[in-house]
Amino acid sequence: MTTLLSVDRISKAFGGLQALNECSLSVEKGSITGLIGPNGSGKTTLFNVITGYEKPDSGSVTFEEADITRVGPSRVFALGVGRTFQITRIFSRITVLENMLVATQRDEGWLRGLTRSKSSKSELAAAMEWLDFVGIDRLASQPAGSLSFGQRKLLELAYVLVADPDVILLDEPAGGVNLTLINEIADKIQSLNKGGKTFLIVEHNMEFVMNLCDRVTVMHQGTDLVSGTPSEIRNDPRVLDAYLGGSDDDDVEEAS
Amino acid sequence: MLRVRNVWWIGALAALVLFPLIETNPTYTSIGIFTLIFMGCATSWNMFSGYSGYINLGSAVSYGVGAYTLTLLADHLHVPGNGDLFWLIPVGGFAAMIVAVPVGLVALRVRRHTFVVITIAIFFVFQLSATNFSFTGGTSGLQLPLIPWLETNYNKPFYYAALAITVFAALLSFAVRRSRFGLQLLAIRDDEDRAAGLGVKVFAVKLTGFTMSAFAVGMGGALYAVFLGQIYPQFVFDPIFDISIALMSIFGGLGTLTGPLLGALVLESMQQYLTIRFSNGSLYLIIFGALFLIVVLFMPQGIVVYLSDWRSRRSARRAEGARVVVGEAS
Ligand SMILES: Nc1ncnc2c1ncn2[C@@H]1O[C@H](COP(=O)(O)OP(=O)(O)O)[C@@H](O)[C@H]1O
Ligand SMILES: [Mg+2]
Repeated sequence: MTTLLSVDRISKAFGGLQALNECSLSVEKGSITGLIGPNGSGKTTLFNVITGYEKPDSGSVTFEEADITRVGPSRVFALGVGRTFQITRIFSRITVLENMLVATQRDEGWLRGLTRSKSSKSELAAAMEWLDFVGIDRLASQPAGSLSFGQRKLLELAYVLVADPDVILLDEPAGGVNLTLINEIADKIQSLNKGGKTFLIVEHNMEFVMNLCDRVTVMHQGTDLVSGTPSEIRNDPRVLDAYLGGSDDDDVEEAS
Repeated sequence: MLRVRNVWWIGALAALVLFPLIETNPTYTSIGIFTLIFMGCATSWNMFSGYSGYINLGSAVSYGVGAYTLTLLADHLHVPGNGDLFWLIPVGGFAAMIVAVPVGLVALRVRRHTFVVITIAIFFVFQLSATNFSFTGGTSGLQLPLIPWLETNYNKPFYYAALAITVFAALLSFAVRRSRFGLQLLAIRDDEDRAAGLGVKVFAVKLTGFTMSAFAVGMGGALYAVFLGQIYPQFVFDPIFDISIALMSIFGGLGTLTGPLLGALVLESMQQYLTIRFSNGSLYLIIFGALFLIVVLFMPQGIVVYLSDWRSRRSARRAEGARVVVGEAS
């Protein structure tokens, strides 16, 4: 197996807070890799660094042998790294279908957009196909802002998929979602993975992670603590310690 | 093939074309000219600010640059006082686009309120420069060559030039709305960072939209200069212009195609009419303000959106009613 995406000793501080501390991670081509860790351990920040939303202080990110460490979000996406957000982000005042069309051409020059219509026949077909895949095709002409929480999650997944990225980073895809939908999402991920898509998934739902992932990396205080197969992780005492040690977010710790 | 919507457009265009042929009183055709200039400028402004959500309160920069470019070029090239002056109007538009590039490079680095404040600041830089540089004539302004046309027909060419600018701006706005580029502007309005993460080259798209929208506004300013025959910094670099354009678009419906056209048609013609009718310069401000408040309070998305929502609510109610009847029958 070859490594598709690798993170090498990334550090990132926000003021005095060391959100990432020499964090390393690798994602094999064709795998479903899990990324778990207590709240505030830096998982979302790591996603932001990989996808170009945050510039790291040190370390490097490599995707398909290209250095993408300080590359901006649109370029990273163009190269083939798609992501969803922990707090779902969609374009609420345009239709569901238009949301899909924003993403259909991940690497088109900006000038081209002036001289062509919103979508070609094939883009439209692809958009509808992916909406159908996640099961919200009947909402295509609705304004996206009218979707329910779960439908938004599905839409976000669908418009990342329509651009056909090589690896997809999902930030808590099962967060706040009911059990039926969780299983549905897990099925979608599995079938996409069979078709060759690579996933890196942050998720708190342990059952979801353990059933789905080939390998899991545990983060703790901005560092990768351990990596291994789900059963190795389950039986590693350090993992239990990290979780029992409470949340890495001080305020959350106080609250609990 | 003729849809109801298209019939409306054709009817409106026909009315605008026929207006100066039926109404020959220069007082009223002048109102028509000013109204059309504002319709074109507001439509063009909305094509960027309405679609992208970047509220530019410095659009008078484009207006003033268009006006000064035409006036200075006419002087420089010794263009005589006749229809030849009209050929310089698009040149004014291009000059406004060229100026919009560095302005956009600075202002578009920031978002929301900061963007609005920066555009205002840049506007004042231009206004101050126009007042203080000597090549602009300073506060005493600049004169254009006199056009010796007969009074009865004097307004017609200006009217049709203004109509051409408005039609151009509307067609461009329509084309942009249907293009991929327009979709990208809307995506930027809703969530710029998310759009970037889906491959949209956000800065290039914003700068292109900002620059394009300067063109028709610059032409509007250039036409205004020819029509008045003289320009002063405080009239072409006018903060009221900045605000009016934005208010007209919001009044009609920000980000819609018809909103700015309708908003400018209603507000500008009303303002001009009231000013002339009551020869009281500030009366219109009160009515203008009251009307604006009513719209913003009761139709926050503007008249056009309000009306289309109302229509779809009504047809939904009808469908509902039909279902009830069917339900009773079964
Ligand atoms: N933009 C930011 N500014 C300041 N602190 C931040 C920012 N983003 C994240 N943090 C902090 O960095 C730490 C890691 O956060 P995050 O990556 O969201 O953790 P996780 O996703 O694992 O819960 C937290 O303590 C969080 O408060
Ligand atoms: Mg997180």
